[in-house]
Amino acid sequence: MADINIRRVEKSYGDTRVVHGVDLDIRDGEFVVILGPSGCGKSTLLRMIAGLEAISGGEIAIGGRVVNDLEPRQRGCAMVFQNYALYPHMSVAENIGYALKIAGIGKAERRARVQSVATAIGLEDYLDRRPGQLSGGQRQRVAMGRAMIREPKVFLFDEPLSNLDAKLRVQMRLEIRHLHQRLAATSVFVTHDQIEAMTLADRMVVMNQGNIEQVGAPSDVYDRPASTFVASFIGSPPMNLLPGRMTESGQHVELADGQHVPIPTALAQGRAGRPVTLGIRPEDIRHGPAAGGSGLTAKFDFLEELGMGRLFHGTLGGQDIIMHATDKTPPVFGTAVDIAFDPSRLHLFDVETGKRLAGESGRADKEQWSGYRATA
Amino acid sequence: MIERARGLNIATQIILGAGLLTLLVPLYLTFVAATQTLPEVNRVPPTFLPGTHLFDNLAEAWVRSNFGQKFVNTMILATGVVVGKITVAAITAFGIVFFQHRFRMLIFWLIFITLMLPLEVRIVPTYSVAANALSPFQQILDVVGLTWLLEALTGMRVALEWNLLNSYTGLILPLVATATGTFLYRQFFMTIPDELVEAAQMDGAGPLRFLWEVLIPLSRTNIAALATIMFVYSWNQYLWPLLIITDPNYGVVAVELGQLVPDSNTTGGGIPHWNLAMAGTLIVMVPPVLVVIFMQRWFVRGLINTDK
Repeated sequence: MADINIRRVEKSYGDTRVVHGVDLDIRDGEFVVILGPSGCGKSTLLRMIAGLEAISGGEIAIGGRVVNDLEPRQRGCAMVFQNYALYPHMSVAENIGYALKIAGIGKAERRARVQSVATAIGLEDYLDRRPGQLSGGQRQRVAMGRAMIREPKVFLFDEPLSNLDAKLRVQMRLEIRHLHQRLAATSVFVTHDQIEAMTLADRMVVMNQGNIEQVGAPSDVYDRPASTFVASFIGSPPMNLLPGRMTESGQHVELADGQHVPIPTALAQGRAGRPVTLGIRPEDIRHGPAAGGSGLTAKFDFLEELGMGRLFHGTLGGQDIIMHATDKTPPVFGTAVDIAFDPSRLHLFDVETGKRLAGESGRADKEQWSGYRATA
Repeated sequence: MIERARGLNIATQIILGAGLLTLLVPLYLTFVAATQTLPEVNRVPPTFLPGTHLFDNLAEAWVRSNFGQKFVNTMILATGVVVGKITVAAITAFGIVFFQHRFRMLIFWLIFITLMLPLEVRIVPTYSVAANALSPFQQILDVVGLTWLLEALTGMRVALEWNLLNSYTGLILPLVATATGTFLYRQFFMTIPDELVEAAQMDGAGPLRFLWEVLIPLSRTNIAALATIMFVYSWNQYLWPLLIITDPNYGVVAVELGQLVPDSNTTGGGIPHWNLAMAGTLIVMVPPVLVVIFMQRWFVRGLINTDK
């Protein structure tokens, strides 16, 4: 058993706090991705789990045992580093087997285990090479092999893919996923790349400025972002965030230029007359007039062709917006055109705290949107 | 330099040639003098063509100075100093770079400052310590009053003594500490990425293991560079051996070479045997030259620090 329990963990360097009392429970065998912009404390948190950084406050337990005062080697974690961190003077076999050598495991057994790990990572023909003679992807595999050989309770990944080119990154992502399926070891993966996070994670943890913003399954985090930070950080292009005010009736949000966006009554919830931030993902905006004739119009300036759709860039209520259109409506630029928001996919956030108020009640509503579009 | 000016090219070549000549002329004169007989070497005007007595002079200088024993002594001195310097510098730099403690900058600067206090400057106190290596401890005991206390209690007087004069230990120890070497190692250690240190930690390597199995193999070129410089340095030691060695059995080559140089002490004001002195010089020059030639490839790489 190797669940990881993080209790009110803090990290300070002198007077600067970089991690502010984080709570997180990672279940045995789970693949958790910690995502956040650089400097949000995600790597620091990972390094505290590994034992490479001292914990300033709170406690971390691995497999039920508090590890605050344990040396890295006593914690049963293996780590894969961003820059591979291979020993340049050792061959691939020596690199992979070094941990076993330190553990005092005999030569014969060492060779057998190195061999089996090398086969698993597809490097059995490279065992005598030095890291300097390998490509980036191969080096990263060696680094993974070095982590695997110890059969650790916990795998820690510190942005392991960010030094690889785009194609290799996708390939290594799949390999990591495979590896996890085979070994089923608890894994914590730190990245700033949301695609990596979405594709790899059983659960993802979004961090910002030393705090956890949201923890959840990737689709949950995408569909129900807990704050404007998560909303704008996850998704590419990010969610459109429009400042507005709930009308007295509670049925519309009035945007800065006076346009009204109809909202489901469930969202109003006593916010009548109060300022709110309205969120809508680019793919939840469509061309064409809304069914209720609410007549939202936006002005578009240019588009980006993606092949699988087109990104229209323009303004609405004085705010830049992006619409991801999959229909083939001929583009009109410079004048106001009709657009419609999927009412079931609206998000409302508190203006001051940025916290989610309500909205987007789930995937089932998607059908409603299809029907809605049919009437448009 | 990328310059296509022909004139400039010629000028630089001339300067280069002049520099080479300046370096080679003294060597040539040494060689010429070593090949001549006593009358030839003292003739006025001097001849600048080699004579035919090179091997006679070499043999004469070797025997007269008892270089056999001196070479062994100097080899012991140089090896001891080189090994000592490499070890001490590596461990010191390791402590300064890889351990977070409050005084590490202070310690680093203290070591660095000793660069300004070479042996020549502190030779008198060093001599007095070498005469009795335990005298500092004796003084501490005296000042604290322990000597007095023990004498009063037991009637025995504590007198610590460890004489290092006329010994290999005395020759080697004062030369072992090296700020230059520590600095060289430190600069190299600082280029080691943090992740490598952490990877070793995750693999379970303790500090000493990391030093021995990762850092030392990685700093091979540095070690070669340091060893080369320090070998030449210790081979040429003159002042310190001159001071503490009075027993000719412990004599070193540089001092012995000094004895060959004609002055009123050695020849009693007679005819100066420059040919023998120069032959001796040629002999003494051989080991450092060989070391530099053999270590050159490593040496250059270690100094420019590209092999990582």
